[in-house]
Parts: sequence; C-alpha cells; structure tokens
Amino acid sequence: MLTVEERHEIEEELKRYPDRHAVTIDALKIVQRRRGWVTDEALRDVADFLGVSAHDLDGVATFYNLIYRQPVGRHVILVCDSVSCWIRRYDRIREALGTRLGIGFGETTSDGRFTMLPIVCLGACDHAPVLMIDQDLHRDVTPDGVEEILAKYD
Amino acid sequence: MPTLDKPLTRNVRADGAPVDIAAYERADGYQAVRKALTMAPGDIINLMKQANLRGRGGAGFNTGLKWSFVPMGPDAPTPKYVVCNADEMEPGTFKDRLLLESDPHQLIEGMIIAALAIEATTGYIFLRWEYREAAARIYRALAEAYARGYLGRRVAGSDHAFDLHLHVSGGRYMCGEETGLLNALEGRRANPRTKPPYPQVAGLWGKPTVVNNVETLCNVPHIVLRGADWFKSLSYTADGGTKLYGASGSVRRPGLWELPMGTTVRELLEEHAGGMPDGLKFRGLLPGGASTEFLVEEHLDVRMDFTDVPKAGSRLGTGTMIVLDDRTCPVGMLWNLEHFFAQESCGWCTPCWSGLAWVEQLLARMEEGGGQPGDLEKMEFQTHFLGPGHTFCALAPGAAEPLTSALKYFREDFERHIREHRCPYH
Repeated sequence: MLTVEERHEIEEELKRYPDRHAVTIDALKIVQRRRGWVTDEALRDVADFLGVSAHDLDGVATFYNLIYRQPVGRHVILVCDSVSCWIRRYDRIREALGTRLGIGFGETTSDGRFTMLPIVCLGACDHAPVLMIDQDLHRDVTPDGVEEILAKYD
Repeated sequence: MPTLDKPLTRNVRADGAPVDIAAYERADGYQAVRKALTMAPGDIINLMKQANLRGRGGAGFNTGLKWSFVPMGPDAPTPKYVVCNADEMEPGTFKDRLLLESDPHQLIEGMIIAALAIEATTGYIFLRWEYREAAARIYRALAEAYARGYLGRRVAGSDHAFDLHLHVSGGRYMCGEETGLLNALEGRRANPRTKPPYPQVAGLWGKPTVVNNVETLCNVPHIVLRGADWFKSLSYTADGGTKLYGASGSVRRPGLWELPMGTTVRELLEEHAGGMPDGLKFRGLLPGGASTEFLVEEHLDVRMDFTDVPKAGSRLGTGTMIVLDDRTCPVGMLWNLEHFFAQESCGWCTPCWSGLAWVEQLLARMEEGGGQPGDLEKMEFQTHFLGPGHTFCALAPGAAEPLTSALKYFREDFERHIREHRCPYH
C-alpha cells in the first residue's frame, strides 16, 4: 500500500504533466526516497495508482540507474568512474573505499550502512576525482581523505 | 579583436552563491522578456538566426533555424513545449552546472523568450538527478519568477501564459539525446525516436517542441537586449558569442572559462589551464567531451568553434576538453571511454549494443595483455558500423569518434600492447 504521504506527493507531480504515465519516474523516486528502494509490491502499487501495467513500469524502473530495484544501504556512495576521474586515478579512491568498507561496486556493507556503486561523469571534472554520498558531492577526493568523508555518515 | 564581455558568467559570484531575483533584476534581468513581448515571434527567431547562435549542447545547430521549423499561427497544434536539456552527462563536461547553480534566472528568462518565439505555453527543465544543488536553486528561482509574475498566466503582465516545471531525471546518458529525453519526460524508457518527424513538429506528447541546451538558452536574453551584431562581436569567428570552455584530466589548473568563441586550443591549454602538470608531457585531448575525436600536438592552433574543429577532424562538442598526458595509457583511456558507451547504450540498435560490447571486450583484453593480431582490424570494422547512418541516434557514432582517432594517432601504443602482451605503461 502506498502511504497517504506518498499518494499526496505523487498527486502533486501529476499537476505538472498532462497524463498519468509521465509521472512514472517521479512516483518511483518518491517511493524510493521514503523506503530506500523499490520493492515488487511497491512497484505494483505505483502501477495501480497510475493506471499503467506493472510490467511496463518495471521496464521503466530497470532502465534508470538511479532507481533501485534491490535493497541498498542507509547511504549510497556513487563513485565517478568516467574519463576525467579515470585520468586522475579514481581507482585509488575505489580501492581505499573497498579496503575501508570491505565491499566492491554493487555491494552493501554487512551492517547495512553503505552501498557502493559506480556512476557516470558527475560533471565536476575540474575537481576530479569526485564522488557523491546521498545528496552530497565530494570533490578532490584523496585516498587518505576517504575515512574523514565516511565519518559524516552514520 | 572581440570585445571581452562575458555575458553568461557576469552574475557569477566568487563564493558560488546564486543570484536571487532582486539581484538579477538589478542587473537588467527580465528586461529581455519585456523587450521580447514587444516583438513578433518571427522577429525573435530571425534575431537568433542573425546572431548565429549555435547549439551549445554539442551539435552546433543554428538555434533560430531550429525554432523556425515549429508550426506557427492559429492552425498550429497546441500546446507547444520548450524543453531545456540540463542533463549534462557527456563525460568531461561540467559547464552547465555552473550556469544552473550560479544564475538560474538567466536560464528561466531564456526559456520564457524561447516560449514567446514559438508560442509555447509550457516548459520543462530536464535536470540530471545528481545536480542536487542546482535542483534546489532552480526550484527557488522558479518560485521567485512565479511570485513576480514572469511565469504563469500573464507573463510580465502580458496576455501570454507560460508555465515552467523542473523534471529531475532518474539517470542514464541516453536522456541527453533529444528524443530519448522526450521519452523520459513522458515517463518511458529513454530510447531514441525515429526522425523525422523532428520534435519541432511532433515532440513531447506528439506536440511541437524545441529542445535546447542550458548554455544556448542562457545566451538568448543577451541577444534580445543587445542585438545580433553585438553577439557576433564577442567571437573571433563567424560562430557568434562567447563559449564556456573547460579543461580537465592532465592539466595544471583544471577549470572553466568564458572566452570568445574561437579561442585556440593552445590558449586554453597553456594560458588558462596552466599547461601540463610537472613532469608530464602533452599527448592529445578530446576537445568537447568523450564523444569527440582526439586532437594532437599539430592541432594546438586550431580555433575552438563549430567550423574550425571539424576541419581538424574532430568536433567542438561541449567545448570542455579532456587532456591526456604521456604517462597515461591511451588504450586504458579508450577502454574507459568505450566501457562508458557500452554501458549507456539503450539496446535499441544492434550496431550499438552489440558492437560496443565487442569493442569494450577487445580493449579490456588488450590492456590486460591478451591482445591478438587482428584486434585492431576488428575494431576498425566495428567503427564502420558504429558510425553515422546505422543507428537511430548519435550515441554509437559518438562512441566511434575517440576510437577511430585513437587508432590513428596512438596506433603504436595499441600495437605494443599486442606485441608485448602487456600494458607498457604499467
């Protein structure tokens, strides 16, 4: 079941578009923001609410990399692996994170604190290497600086 | 010599804070909307044509010409839409972020004028999710613009209505492709659409739609206020205006600079980016994002515009260059680039999803020491099918550009990988 708040937020989005199908991505993001990820049940509920087929909606959900169809940790680390960060040795950042957290890309720490994912160019190439944690962009990241960044996220 | 005005970044504050609507209005903000309201739509379009404002998203299409394809008059289909492509996902590109974060009203004003030019009543800013700060600032700016009456049922007190919304994306490079973006706005997978019909005729929900890049739209208010001749005087070349250029990768001072259109590669690299970092030598660069062809030493005096860069065999693209040094492996760099394109292929066209996966595997194997004689020929074979004319959109041709040029300029590096069964840079 979608909560009252979720329904209300989706209704608000509907005002900005001429048809209900247009709101699929927004609706999935609304559910994900409150629940962390999009379960099969949530997917069906959103589909029913918008009047689209659940299969169609899953096609949309699985296309967009920032909509999670699997559980993620409390915080999601998005590590830029595109070309400017690659030249500036993003691999050392990835290794430092991997060593510190004991996870690789696509994995979640056993305490459920962090999930680490690769992300395409974050558009902050003048400060490469960069990464995001939740809503925050971290620039000019160094392997030694990783510990301090992680400490901000419980 | 061009005048050294910097219209796009004139309001950018050193502390990075955005200008609010009061400060924007004090700097002649929204005066261009008032002026545009006194002009016929066709005159606004002609002004953009005369200014030779070419699309800053990378394709360089004349903005006025693009708008002129929209059906006009009482029999034209309605509603019509103006869409801003703020999906900035081309690897190595970070210019629109600055405009979105530091001066969102400049973009909003440009979109209002675009709407007046094509008689659109609704607009969307299509923003990538990762630009969180930009999203917050755009929401605030939209609320301010509604409160002051620049948006809504009566634009600046006129009879024109224009509603503008922010759409925050769910990811994927394909959303930056014009027709993929329209599918995403409709809540579908961002696969490309067949062209024709072009979006100007049948775009969002089948209605006439123009899609323009952030930097393109940000130029529009200045052209309306100050004219086509002024805009052309900003440039070294026939392509009007300034350009937000950038440099990242191996340079001493990565950054972003608004400079006359047609500034040379050498000036950008040596003066603005401070040259190469200590101990590293220049090897080559991608002039405008991942999907442009390499330029090398012999091209340093090329003017960075939409006319001269193609003569050197590449494209201006987004104008934000990615620099490769002599200690970094070109094969490794290509592997990174083609991994990106293979991953971001939407799977719609066979040469793209199949060809890019193949190319990526060949590069991965080569970089790890398993390259075989004939691999380069296989990649050249693929660049043919990835090239223009075989796919619905420009993703695959874009992916072929760095590869084709790397095989030309760095061939010896590829051959050494195969010959020595290892990466000589490690």
